[in-house]
Amino acid sequence: MKTAVFVLIVVVFGVLHQDFWNWDNPGLVFGSIPVGLAYHASYSVVAAILWAIAVKFAWPTRLEKWADGEEVD
Amino acid sequence: MSFILSQAPPAGPVSITPLIVLAIYLCLLLGLALFSGKFFRGTSKDFFVASHSIGPFMLLMSVFGTTMTAFALVGSTGKAFQLGVGTYGMMASSSGLIHAACFFLIGIRVWSIAKRHGYVTQIQFFRSRFESSGLGYVLFPILVLLVVPYLLIGVIGSYRVIGPLTKGMFPDFFAATGGAIPSSITGIVICGVVLTYIFAGGSRAAAWANTFQTLVFMAMGVLAFYLISDKLGGLQAAIEQANPAHLVRTPSELEVMGKSGSFMRDIGISQITFLTYMFIPLSVGMFPHLFQHWLTAKSAKSFRLTVIAHPLCIAVVWVPCVLIGLWATGVFSENPSEAWPASAKGILGGLPDSSVGAVLSVTLKFLITNPVIVGLVTAGILAAIMSSLDSQFLCLGTIFTNDIVLHKAKKDRYSEKQIIMIARGFIIGIVLVTYALSLILEKQQNVFDLAVWSFSGFAALTSLVFASLYWKRATKAGAYACVLTVAASWLYFFIKSGGHEYTVGGVMPVAICFFAGAIAMVVVSLFTKAPSQETIEKFFP
Repeated sequence: MKTAVFVLIVVVFGVLHQDFWNWDNPGLVFGSIPVGLAYHASYSVVAAILWAIAVKFAWPTRLEKWADGEEVD
Repeated sequence: MSFILSQAPPAGPVSITPLIVLAIYLCLLLGLALFSGKFFRGTSKDFFVASHSIGPFMLLMSVFGTTMTAFALVGSTGKAFQLGVGTYGMMASSSGLIHAACFFLIGIRVWSIAKRHGYVTQIQFFRSRFESSGLGYVLFPILVLLVVPYLLIGVIGSYRVIGPLTKGMFPDFFAATGGAIPSSITGIVICGVVLTYIFAGGSRAAAWANTFQTLVFMAMGVLAFYLISDKLGGLQAAIEQANPAHLVRTPSELEVMGKSGSFMRDIGISQITFLTYMFIPLSVGMFPHLFQHWLTAKSAKSFRLTVIAHPLCIAVVWVPCVLIGLWATGVFSENPSEAWPASAKGILGGLPDSSVGAVLSVTLKFLITNPVIVGLVTAGILAAIMSSLDSQFLCLGTIFTNDIVLHKAKKDRYSEKQIIMIARGFIIGIVLVTYALSLILEKQQNVFDLAVWSFSGFAALTSLVFASLYWKRATKAGAYACVLTVAASWLYFFIKSGGHEYTVGGVMPVAICFFAGAIAMVVVSLFTKAPSQETIEKFFP
């Protein structure tokens, strides 16, 4: 279930990456960063948060134990 | 670069201070790496995978440093200058998402299996998973041929940095290059430094050196960004003077006035190209040198920092570089602001697309007059280049030794010392080939184009590693079909493109090669004999 949720989130992220609504927007954020760049820089930050959540809630503990030579069910 | 070097040398003496700063940096790097050699345990396992001893921070730095090369610093600035703002979204933000996904979904699992069963190379893993010795002999030349262009972009990238930087420094010695240090000497120095520290301590020395170099290039990238923006009057003034056509992604043609007349340049990116470019970052799932870095990890927990911080590190490096590339469109136009140096006028306005890799170094040279700063920032660019070269050289030596020489040899046929000597010998051979090719190709190929082709090949092969880890039904015949289909389709597009940028109706060839490989894997696996139960239990705990 957890894996399915994360796969779904990654797919949503894939869609958000294609920000067609910013394609011909020449505006600037804070008067200095083009909208298309500011959006994707923010996207990088949110991607880091996504992976932090994945590490917290979907960490492969069982695999880790197996790699260390422990018996797993 | 040939355009820049063919210009007359600048009037008056040129300070050699930047070169002295570079020499000091290289000495420091060598000192650190040679010191790490004191921890070398003398075993082949220590030489190849640092005895699985690398902790979280060093793993992050070495993995990040390895994935960021001339492609990130030199290529991103040049590409933003050429295409505009979409460069970041096209390569960097997608990499933040997909690289981390590969580390999480492929890296940790591969590390666990390799640690449990004692694999040192990617090919050992595939041979065992697909129960086929022959698969290794098919994969070996493909991996080597794909790594070589990646090596070339590093070495050629260094030429494009050192050439413009040293132009006019040695007019008496190097008259043919306008006083610049020739590429042949730059190549010897860069390859020599990297070889020295790899030989000293193998994987551990590479990890130490990469950590140092990654910190240097991140810091110097930020410093260059700050200084250039300051020189342009601040962030707001810098972007206002940029060519506004580069601020959007809508494809269009821009007339550029060059020294030899005007020509049209495509700018912007189509939606379909932008979308299919997302396949390129999948390459980290199959890079053999990254596979080797993963295996150096002390524990699976060491991956946590890498997975989380990698997208942020990418942003720290790419956002400044893309902005510098955008600013350069204004600085080096036919009508630059009165505030900029007169020498800037028209310098890059007429730069052909094949030479935009020089944008960063030329921007630095024209806007930053403090030679120490120029030297430091250039050291940062070289750091990014060398932090990839070392892992690639080492990995080729590792796979040749383990997958070709030792694969069929009887146990104890070679001593630990002999194994390390064999690896070193192959590394020297690869360095010589790379050096020779770099001198032949430096004036013909765009750094960025070569990188994309190399990445495309690896990215298309990612379906192989993914199926091997997550699909029990993936078979030996399916693996062969996948590899051969990817190789054939990649070769077809590469030949058709002539090695330059190429799309099929806007679609990046990598997307087609990836799906072709994945379909071949699935279809052939379903119609062939499933792997043995023993293999399933070995790889699917």
